[in-house]
Amino acid sequence: MNGAAAVKIAVCIKRVPVMETKFAIAADGTRVDEAGLKYDVNDFDLWAIEAGLQLKEKNGNAGEVVAICLGPDTAQEQIRKALAMGADRGVLLQAPTVPADGLAIARALAAELKDGGYDLVLFGRIAIDSMNQMTGPMVAELLDLPCVTNVFKLEIAGGTGRAERALEGASEVMEFPLPAVLTIDDGLNKERLPSLKGIMAAKKKPLDVKPAQLGELKVAVTKMVLPPERAAGRILGDNADAVPELVRLLQTEAKVL
Amino acid sequence: MANVLVFAEVRAGDLRKVALEAVTAARQLADLSGGGSVHAVLAGDAGIAVKAASLAEYGADSVLVLEHAGFAQYNPEALAATVAQRLGSGTYGFAVFSATAQGRDLSPRVAAKLGSGLAPDLTGFSVDGGTVSGQHFNMNGKTIATLSLSGSPAVLSVRPAAFQPAANARPLVTEAITSAADPSASRVKVVELKQGNTGKLDLNDAPVIVAGGRGLKAAENFKLCDDLADAFGNAAVGATRAVTDEGWRPHSDQIGQTGRNVSPNLYIAVGISGAIQHLAGMRTSKTIVAINKDKDAPIFKVADYGIVGDVFEIMPALTAAVKAAKAQG
Repeated sequence: MNGAAAVKIAVCIKRVPVMETKFAIAADGTRVDEAGLKYDVNDFDLWAIEAGLQLKEKNGNAGEVVAICLGPDTAQEQIRKALAMGADRGVLLQAPTVPADGLAIARALAAELKDGGYDLVLFGRIAIDSMNQMTGPMVAELLDLPCVTNVFKLEIAGGTGRAERALEGASEVMEFPLPAVLTIDDGLNKERLPSLKGIMAAKKKPLDVKPAQLGELKVAVTKMVLPPERAAGRILGDNADAVPELVRLLQTEAKVL
Repeated sequence: MANVLVFAEVRAGDLRKVALEAVTAARQLADLSGGGSVHAVLAGDAGIAVKAASLAEYGADSVLVLEHAGFAQYNPEALAATVAQRLGSGTYGFAVFSATAQGRDLSPRVAAKLGSGLAPDLTGFSVDGGTVSGQHFNMNGKTIATLSLSGSPAVLSVRPAAFQPAANARPLVTEAITSAADPSASRVKVVELKQGNTGKLDLNDAPVIVAGGRGLKAAENFKLCDDLADAFGNAAVGATRAVTDEGWRPHSDQIGQTGRNVSPNLYIAVGISGAIQHLAGMRTSKTIVAINKDKDAPIFKVADYGIVGDVFEIMPALTAAVKAAKAQG
């Protein structure tokens, strides 16, 4: 990937509900009520798109960034956003609903990616709707590619990569050969906003739509509930005068001191 | 009856607390499914075997010890191959991992190798006729899904701090195992482990978290949070996204939608207004205290106890009061 060699990058993105929403549970009790929900690209996937675009730009803009999304027909809107940011083309793997089984999703993505000749396959670290962070490493395993998750620093040079990944209170610096699968964490970059020109251009970029090959499902959501509301708390007072009462309650009531 | 394979997480040659939590969860799972055995995988550099005793103490019937210089650091490819080989031997109904950066990296690889279903980041589970169902936060923590796993072996990971380590001693039985793949041939290599917060508790391990927001006004004022954490003695310091974006604290300290999800016994929010993205990462804390100058800040809606006022006046007073309380206790 140095010099003039074209770089080919796939970015797997997900359509997720906007989280600044008061969710309700659907009548069947196994999913959220979709009425009135707005959708966007998963935050972490936006950072993955940005990472892909920057790598291509560093490479003299030679090559291709492809946005791939598994989801319903309406997810074309999220692919168009990636195209407006600067991705070259999109692929929608059509599925009326996205299953809870990450391996089924990974299989459908791996089938699409397999013969694509990609140098890098990028994912967001986590999907904030399902809160799964399994699809990237599963795709890597299915394609037998090296994989680094939770990447917040990245250098690519001469067919190898060096990534720093976030752990709890620590980090690991990892080296790996390309092609590889990476999942991108917060902190690597900020995503660019689509420009008006980008939005106009996106309308003309190719977007393939084909059915997702999901296969057998081994994970199902059998119930969905809202977490119990936190009871309204107490304002103990103003400024340092309230400190003795707080300490007393932490000792006697909450029993945490 | 189903046997359970559990992966015991090690960092820099030390067993992490989450390993004991995972063994506790594995023990529960084995008992719930009619009394199977729990086998723990413990991998590390030569000498790691001495850590096996803790795993037996928390309910492992057998510890499978993988000692090799190639496991001195996390080695995802060789570990995935080894764990999948064991798990696929027909001996096990379930595998349990910690839902940490390491466990969430390794468990999907193992599940993909075996074609197994994976239920991640569970806060609780039940077993009904060999099928495990577990609770998992969705929608950024705003809903709770029950995930049901079919097929065997099934793979699951448990959220840090959701299962408190419970002593359940077994006789120490160890078995030396070998790697299913040459550890030095792995394509992905850890070249450096950078330990942050040296000597301080990790956010996922700490029973108390003192978190600071923009209301602290400058990086150096985080000393107020560090001092309060020191007074507690069992506390870690966290931060909001605004703070890590400003570079006042490292990225790894960030709590919220795009950062860490935590559930300590006590969460003290200092100068944090309570953006919905921050609340997503901490609303499952047992007791929440908010200190903020704006009485209408959303953080007070989720806090059990609130103090309205100047954090620069309140924090030193609170630190002194906690020190005094600790000295008495």
